[in-house]
Amino acid sequence: MNFIRFITGSIKIILQGSKAYYAWLIFLLLLILWGAFGYFGQLSEGLIKTHMRDSVSWAFYIGNFTFLVGVAAAAVLLVIPAYIYDWKPIKEIVIFGELLAVCAVIMCILFIVVDIGNPLRFWHMLPLIGTMNFPSSMLSWDFFVLNIYLLINLIVVTYLLYCIFFKKEYNKSLVLPLVLLSIPMAVAIHTVTAFLYNALPARPFWNSALLAPRFLASAFCSGPAILLILFQLLRKTTKFEIKDEAIWKIAELMVYAMFIYLFFTIAELFKEFYSGTEHLLYWKYLLFGIGDNNEIVVYSWLSIIMGCIAFILFLIPKTRKNFVTLNIGAVLIYASVYVEKGIALIIPGFTPDVLGQIYVYTPSMTEIRTAAMIFSIGFLLFTFLVKVAIAIVFEDYNIDVLNQKKNALN
Amino acid sequence: MKKENSRRSFFKNISLASISALALNGCDSKALKEFLQRNFRTLSKKEKNDIVKNLEVKYKETYGKEFHVSAEPAMEGVLFGYALDLSRCIGCRKCVYACVGENNQSREPQIHWIQVLEMEKEKGIDLAHSNVHYNPEKVPEKGKSYFPVACQQCRNPQCTTVCPVKATWQEPDGIVVVDYNWCIGCRYCMAACPYGARHFNWGEPDVPEEEINTEMHYLGNRPRVKGVVEKCTFCIQRVRVGKYPSCVEICPVGARKFGNLLDSESEIRYILENKRVFVLKQELNTQPKFYYFFGI
Repeated sequence: MNFIRFITGSIKIILQGSKAYYAWLIFLLLLILWGAFGYFGQLSEGLIKTHMRDSVSWAFYIGNFTFLVGVAAAAVLLVIPAYIYDWKPIKEIVIFGELLAVCAVIMCILFIVVDIGNPLRFWHMLPLIGTMNFPSSMLSWDFFVLNIYLLINLIVVTYLLYCIFFKKEYNKSLVLPLVLLSIPMAVAIHTVTAFLYNALPARPFWNSALLAPRFLASAFCSGPAILLILFQLLRKTTKFEIKDEAIWKIAELMVYAMFIYLFFTIAELFKEFYSGTEHLLYWKYLLFGIGDNNEIVVYSWLSIIMGCIAFILFLIPKTRKNFVTLNIGAVLIYASVYVEKGIALIIPGFTPDVLGQIYVYTPSMTEIRTAAMIFSIGFLLFTFLVKVAIAIVFEDYNIDVLNQKKNALN
Repeated sequence: MKKENSRRSFFKNISLASISALALNGCDSKALKEFLQRNFRTLSKKEKNDIVKNLEVKYKETYGKEFHVSAEPAMEGVLFGYALDLSRCIGCRKCVYACVGENNQSREPQIHWIQVLEMEKEKGIDLAHSNVHYNPEKVPEKGKSYFPVACQQCRNPQCTTVCPVKATWQEPDGIVVVDYNWCIGCRYCMAACPYGARHFNWGEPDVPEEEINTEMHYLGNRPRVKGVVEKCTFCIQRVRVGKYPSCVEICPVGARKFGNLLDSESEIRYILENKRVFVLKQELNTQPKFYYFFGI
C-alpha cells in the first residue's frame, strides 16, 4: 500500500514541470516515434534494412551496447572515490550514479534486442524453460551479470528514495552490502563484455589480453563525464551541494583513466606495428584504410583527436579548474569514447573478414533511427528518474506533502 | 529427479500461459505450437517424428508439392571427413550452385555456403590477397589458383561453444548442425567462426517454388526463416542415407573427396594415408575434418 503511494507520488512529479521540461519531453517523444518507424521496417523486413552482412555481422548496435555497458559500469564505480575522499554528498552520488546505471543497462538490453534476428525467441536463453548455454557461452554470462547489476541498482536506489520519501531511516545493513556488491558487479559487466570479443581466436583484432583493461579505462573516461556535467546542473538548479574540489577530483581521476587508456593503446599499437604480422591489417583498415576502402578512417581519427584534446584540457590544472574548458573536455571525451566503441571497436574486428574479403560497412538510416529511438527512451527514463529523485532528495517532496494536499482538499 | 521435472513443467506451463496470453489474434494455434517447440536436441524420437510430419503438411500447404522431411539420426561408427584437391580445382563454382540448389539456399538475398577464393599463384595460400568476386570469361586463369571454403566441420568448433542457447551442436557423426527453430539470431557464432562458414538470413529467404528440393532433413536443407543462421551440413539429407554430398558429385574435375574417417578402407582414409594434407588455420586448434591436399 505504502509502495503504491510512493509510485503514485512519483508519477505526479513526472507529470508536473515547466514549459522547458514539456518541450524536452515532446522532443524526446518525437525522436522515439521517428526511430520507432525505422525500427518497424527492420522488424517486418528483417535485419537486411541494416548495412550489416555476413562479412560484418555485428556492427553499430553491438558497438552502442558496448559503450553503454561502460557508462553503466563507471557510474557506480564513482562511489569508490566518493567514499575514499569523503565527498560530502555520498548518498546523493550513489543515488544519481545508480539511476544512470539503471538507464544505461536498460539501453544495453534494448540494443541487444534490436540486434537479434528473432527477438521473440528470447526465452530460449532463459534457464529452466530454455536451454541456456551456461557456462560455455560468454553471452549467457553477460545475460546474468547485466540482469543482476540492473536488479541491484534498481533495488538500492528505489529503497533509498522510498525511505527518504517516507522520512524513514534507511537500513544500513541492507544497503551497504548491496552497494559494496554493485562495485565488483560494475567491473564484472564490463569485463565480461570485453571477454565476449576477447576470446575469439577467429578475430585477431580483439584477441588481445589488453581488451578488458582498455574497456575499463575508457569507461572511466566516458561514464564520469556524464555525471560531471549532471552534478554541475544539479548544483545550479537544486539544493544539491558538491564542492568544486570534488568535481575537480573527478576530473583528475578521469585524467588518470585517460592516461592509462592512452598507454594501453600505444602498447597495443607498438606490438602490432613493430611485429607487422598479418594481424596488422585490421589496424591498418581502422587508421589508414586499405586501398580505396577508407570510410571509417575519418571516424577513428575524429575519436583520437577529440580524445587527445580532452586529455590535454584535463591534464593542465588551469583548464581542468576552469568550468568552461572542463565541460568542453567532458563532452569531447564522451564523444571520443562513443565513436571509439560504436565504430572503431567492432567494425575493424570484421574488416577484412576471416577470408580476407573487405566489405565496407557504415550504419544505415534504419540503424541510426533505431539507435536514436533507444537513446531517446534512455534519456526519457533518465529524465523521469532524475526528476523524481531531485524532488524527493532536495525539494522535500515526501509523504507529508501528499497528506497535506489531501487534508486541504477535505 | 521427479521434483526437477515438476518444477520444469511448472515453468513450462507458466511460460505457455503467459506467451499464449501475449499471442495476438492473428496467431493461430499451429504457429503458437511451433513457437513453443523446444530445442530439437532435447526431444524424444516420437516428438521429433511428429514435428517432421507436421512440417511435411505445412510445406505441402505452402508449396503445393509432396515433401519428405527426415529426422534420420547419425549412423553408428561413422565420422564424416572431406578432402579437397587444390591442384585440380579450376574455380568453376559448379559446387557453389549445386549446393545452393540441393540445400534450398535463398536466391535473393543470395546465400552461398561455399565460397571460392581466387588467389595469385605466386603468393601461395594468402587469404588477405584473395578475391571471392572474380568473374573472368573462362576459368582457370593463368597465374591464378582457386581455394574453395565451406564449413570445416571442426572437431573443436568455436561456433557451438559460444551459442548462448545451444541452438547449434556437433552430431555424433561429426556434422555441425543448427536448429533453425531454436536459433535466436544473435550471430555470435558468425563472429566466432574463423572460416566465414556461417550465413545469416538478413531478409526473408526466397527459393523459387519450381526449384525447391523436396528431399529434406530437419537439421539440413529445409526452408529457413529470416533471422536465423545456416551453414553447410555435408548435405546431411544425403550422406545419412549413403549418398555423396552434392558438391562432391557435381565437381567436374574430381577435386572433392568424401567418406567415413572411421572406415580404414574409405577413400578419405586413403588420401590421409598417401597424400600430405593440411587444414586451414591450423594454429587456431579448431581441428577441422575438412582437409586440403595437392594431388598432382
